Amino acid sequence: MPATARPLSPHLSIYRWQIQMVSSILHRATGIALAAGTILLVAVLLALASGPEAFAKMQAFCASWIGTVLLLGWTWSLAYHLLNGIRHLLQDLGWGYLPAQFVRNGWLVVAGSIVLTALVWTCVFAQRGAA
Amino acid sequence: MSDLRTPLKNALGLGSAKQGAHHFLVQRTTAVALALLVPWVVWLVLEALHLDYAGAHALVAQPLNAVLLLAFVVAVFWHAQLGLQVVIEDYVHTKGTQVVLQILVKFLCFLGAAASALAVIRIALGR
Repeated sequence: MPATARPLSPHLSIYRWQIQMVSSILHRATGIALAAGTILLVAVLLALASGPEAFAKMQAFCASWIGTVLLLGWTWSLAYHLLNGIRHLLQDLGWGYLPAQFVRNGWLVVAGSIVLTALVWTCVFAQRGAA
Repeated sequence: MSDLRTPLKNALGLGSAKQGAHHFLVQRTTAVALALLVPWVVWLVLEALHLDYAGAHALVAQPLNAVLLLAFVVAVFWHAQLGLQVVIEDYVHTKGTQVVLQILVKFLCFLGAAASALAVIRIALGR
């Protein structure tokens, strides 16, 4: 903290919530969640390399309710971060900066992430049902 | 601004050390790689779901799958390190803590990538 108190711009709590700030915050939050969640991917790969017993333990964990909740959250985070990431790449090219486009694309990403998550988990539950 | 540059600088057209945009560019490059690789990884995981140990092992051991998984784990941990670096830069304002956290994140991301790569290579080469 600087020794002399200087005026600061208002922080989050002062603003009315809107899609522009939510999509930005979510991109960061899902990024942090995905970085932590990737530990699960490392664990699965190491289990697969170690042998059938370790792999069976990982499978049991992923099929448990806590594993399912974590994987569900991970799927949505991945879907959101992927779609919003593509949006960011397009914005880097200069597209989608008009306020109306920005708002529309924000909602498109949110809706798309929910659709993608639902699609993936329909496949998961279809396979779990079949197994 | 051009008045502030030496004639040699103008002739060469070079700015500073050309490193300013490095973080930005690597973050975008790994992002493009991941945008291509993530749908494939999701497919691989869904494919492996209904397989037993031997089946999943054989699936990952296929050369194309093993190589793409290697590319994925390198890109994902590189991208994660760059992203977490910005988060730490933004929210951690104590110099010492920030340095320690940045190094810690780099170590963990390297370990994650190295462990995943070792696992994939071990699977691919047959235990």
